[in-house]
Amino acid sequence: MHHRLTPTAAGMGFLMFLAFWQALAWIIHRPIMPSPVEVLPVFFASIFGELGFHLLASTARVLAAIGIAVLTAAPIGIGLGQLPRMDRIFAPLIAIVYPIPKIVLLPVIYVLMGITDISKILLIALIIFFQILVVVRDQAAKLRPELILSVRSLGAGRRALFRYVYFPASLPAVLTALRLSVGTAIAVLFIAEQSLTTWGLGYYIVVETYQVLRYPQMYAGILAMSLLGLALYFVIYSLELKVCAYQDSGETG
Amino acid sequence: MTVAMIEIRDLTFAYGGGPPIFENFNLKIDRGAAWSVIGPSGCGKTTLLYLLAGLHRADNGTVVIDGRPVVRPRPRTGLVLQDHGLLPWASVRENARLGLSVWEFYGSDGTHAPANWHKDRADADRRVDFWLQKLGIAELRHQYPSKLSRGQRQRTAIVRSLIMEPDLLLLDEPFSAIDAPTREELQRVITNLIRKSKTACIIVTHDIEVAVTMGEKILVLRKGANQSPLVLENECTAIEDRHHHPAFHNKCDELRQIMGGLACTTG
Repeated sequence: MHHRLTPTAAGMGFLMFLAFWQALAWIIHRPIMPSPVEVLPVFFASIFGELGFHLLASTARVLAAIGIAVLTAAPIGIGLGQLPRMDRIFAPLIAIVYPIPKIVLLPVIYVLMGITDISKILLIALIIFFQILVVVRDQAAKLRPELILSVRSLGAGRRALFRYVYFPASLPAVLTALRLSVGTAIAVLFIAEQSLTTWGLGYYIVVETYQVLRYPQMYAGILAMSLLGLALYFVIYSLELKVCAYQDSGETG
Repeated sequence: MTVAMIEIRDLTFAYGGGPPIFENFNLKIDRGAAWSVIGPSGCGKTTLLYLLAGLHRADNGTVVIDGRPVVRPRPRTGLVLQDHGLLPWASVRENARLGLSVWEFYGSDGTHAPANWHKDRADADRRVDFWLQKLGIAELRHQYPSKLSRGQRQRTAIVRSLIMEPDLLLLDEPFSAIDAPTREELQRVITNLIRKSKTACIIVTHDIEVAVTMGEKILVLRKGANQSPLVLENECTAIEDRHHHPAFHNKCDELRQIMGGLACTTG
């Protein structure tokens, strides 16, 4: 199921990506599609300057959102998974709210929370929150009662159970949920950053470059945003592989 | 007779409004004694272990161990459940060390860990390795439970309990689904251990031969409400070559008849 990505494969993928890009640039042959030969120097020139700060701003927002989402969703998910009665009460609510595209709440959050960074971060956190909540809940519900009883018989109270059972049991699920939701999170970030801020890749790509027809710079911004998504994906993925080592080869019980 | 280590007084227990499994049940168990608990499935064998382990609360009456009522798991009680309860994401060594890790996590607070216990990580590591060696699973220490056979998992769970130096060991069907040579070796290991360390040991089983092999006293439980305990004295645990010893077979027959009689009277 998992295809491990080797460095060689990653390099090959990148070269193919550049080749396709170059081909598109030749075929379209308009300013909106500059070639990588034009964009890459612009990217490297600006990534250590202005573009770098926009990238940092976006990265900080995503990381803050991930932090908030994990710290709230994981404990609630564990609680719901271990307390079936509570879960039965809240499951319909979660099922209804889960598929709502949270981006539509952007205006509401702006009005309620103000036009600060916090409202952008909360919006992204909200998206990741539900993804994590659902998988952690299902994971916690799968924990066998005998396992919990065994660990309790070793003297573990609530805190030790969290440290030695619930936390390691839900970590793989948290990482999988994060990996799958980080794309949506960055997409929403892109939209949220287009207004009411002067920092962030969304602002850079749309206001600073696209609207003033600086296409090569715009592509440098797009590259930066892609790198952000790619980096987050692979960091989470490598953590996942490390944490899931025990699931690697056939489970027997 | 010395003062009993465990005293079950007027115990009544039922699962969530169901019929009682124990009703005004009384039992005393001496320090260092080896007991077997036998009965058909659903008779409350495992429930009794949970009550002794402090994982279930009695509806009525008390379980007193060492003069103190059991209201939560007691640090010096070791419990090995039928499915072993190993953490799937932890190696054999980490699993075996889990109890000590939990004690280190809380410190010697007298509730989660014994009050007279001193934290010593290096010593804990040494003890884990010693016991893994002793039960013959040292070379598996970095494996995950999913890679182990049932017998190896069972040993890991037993090591996890023995490391805590229990004075009471509770084992739920410890030899089920284990091949005969492994089972006999494990029986020998456990018997030697509890004799040497004067650990009281209560083994729950549905297997008559296991009950007669392991229990100096055999508690027979029945389906329905257990009121007065039916306890069989058994001298066969000291017999070395029990398979060829008539006394062993006689005891097994006696136990079989008692259980058969119970099944008839209760339908």
